[in-house]
Amino acid sequence: MPSISRDEVAHLARLARLAVTEDELDLFAGQLDVILQSVARVGEVASQDVPPTSHAVPLTNVFREDVVRPGLTQQQALSGAPAAEDGRFRVPRILGEEQ
Amino acid sequence: MTAVAELMDYDEVLERFDPVLGLEVHVELNTNTKMFCGCANVFGGEPNTNVCPTCLGMPGALPVVNGTAVESAIRIGLALNCEIAQWCRFARKNYFYPDMPKNFQTSQYDEPIAFNGHLDVLLDDGEVFRVDIERAHMEEDTGKSLHVGGATGRIHGAEHSLLDYNRAGVPLIEIVTKPLVGTGARAPEVARAYVSALRDLLRALGVSDVRMDQGSLRCDANVSLMPKGTEVFGTRTETKNVNSLRSVERAVRYEMTRHAAVLAGGGTIRQETRHFDESTGSTSSGRAKETAEDYRYFPEPDLVPIAPAREWVEQLAATLPELPWQRRQRIQAEWNLTDLELRDLVNADALDIVAATVDAGAPPAEARSWWVSYLSQKANATGTELTALPITPAQVAKVIALVAEGSLTNKLAREVVDGVLAGEGEPEQVVEQRGLKVVSDDSALLAAIDEALAAQPDVAEKIRGGKVAAAGAIVGAVMKATKGQADAKRVRELIISRCES
Repeated sequence: MPSISRDEVAHLARLARLAVTEDELDLFAGQLDVILQSVARVGEVASQDVPPTSHAVPLTNVFREDVVRPGLTQQQALSGAPAAEDGRFRVPRILGEEQ
Repeated sequence: MTAVAELMDYDEVLERFDPVLGLEVHVELNTNTKMFCGCANVFGGEPNTNVCPTCLGMPGALPVVNGTAVESAIRIGLALNCEIAQWCRFARKNYFYPDMPKNFQTSQYDEPIAFNGHLDVLLDDGEVFRVDIERAHMEEDTGKSLHVGGATGRIHGAEHSLLDYNRAGVPLIEIVTKPLVGTGARAPEVARAYVSALRDLLRALGVSDVRMDQGSLRCDANVSLMPKGTEVFGTRTETKNVNSLRSVERAVRYEMTRHAAVLAGGGTIRQETRHFDESTGSTSSGRAKETAEDYRYFPEPDLVPIAPAREWVEQLAATLPELPWQRRQRIQAEWNLTDLELRDLVNADALDIVAATVDAGAPPAEARSWWVSYLSQKANATGTELTALPITPAQVAKVIALVAEGSLTNKLAREVVDGVLAGEGEPEQVVEQRGLKVVSDDSALLAAIDEALAAQPDVAEKIRGGKVAAAGAIVGAVMKATKGQADAKRVRELIISRCES
């Protein structure tokens, strides 16, 4: 049976930039465990000839013509930004490394 | 700043270790629009003017795939001898960074559109090295950050950063090689030659500008070492965004010598990204590499799968142009070149420009000679690329034609070329302005000949006595008198007939 540890929950929370308290770690580990076990139950039923479903609609190859469409002006683009400078979005100091 | 790294002498590295390379090349497609929205895909421009709710990652905005970008991806895959997926999906690669406003990159994970191919790479000495291709997949580029307040524009010491999302969402194809083993001492050269061959291929396909200086072609070089006699790969480092062919070669060589020194000293290599510094040719430590699990990939729910019909793939295969290596073989046969002559042309990056000169009407031998010798010297002397010289293939072809019709001698032709390079206009204008036309009027030549013979009666006597070789002195005098604008062969003929009469 799958299970998820408290440490794994803490790691996922960090990756998702979620501030999770010590108590919540225990709570979520238990809840996520239930979800994982439920999914595993479904997996037991699915045989090899049932492909995993990622999309509910049976569509493929939905493409767009390569034609330019008007977007936003610089002013519109920046209108919701908490801070802007020289036509660019201004963000606080980036900690850590260049991606 | 970290201390200067210990490096091992390159020859010693090769005595003790075998390098393993892995190259990831990102190429921006030159489609009209971005990968998932209709914003213009153009380099530069005022910041945040080619943006929309989709590429800014606004809630509720939905992506739609650019069909032309998929076509280009399939054509690249086919040109790299890859299999094309029957069915594949996009995936979300989740991480937080300000240059990606959605907080995930739409990419492909375990279902790339193209996989299992190869590219045969021509090395400097004519040897061919086969680079196996693991996969080519579709994704989108990120925005551009400007770090403000730091001393060098780098992230360290910056007070804040400014983001321009014009590039966010530009179609990107990532081409990944399988681990390259057996390159030995030639690892740095193989890396450069591969990126160079890939660039030529992409250019021939017309799918990208492939400008390394503008970032439309970028290379990340993975390097690891394994001790001689073992076959277990060592820990690799990934040197990011190495932005010229020369830097690719230098970065690989540097990492080999650095790894070797660490390993020989009993240390271990940390799996990390490294930054290449163009000015010093060295690399510096970056972030520790995330594992794939940390990106929490999952199938992109907003985009339906892509299932390229086999008929479509065949149609696209039929659109592949003559590929660079096929073109080289054809040109070698048509121009009757030896392997060495062909390689010199390729290495001098002169093949295209010589071909253009031939297309403008010049015979291949003359076209090749002008570009590979005289113009290459000029380019070297001024420190410019051959293709950046201010003379066009058509102008060179014109000069060659003027020599062929007898209007210019080779010496005068070089002066005409110098004039064109100096910005004096078209070849005909330079001839006119500098007064470089060959003196073809026999009467003018005869006058000069008579004068020279009169000035050197002893020589004239020798020629009359049958010592034809002595005519050289008279030819020289006539050439001097006509400022080099006479055809020496014609002058010689006239001197001899003059002395015989």
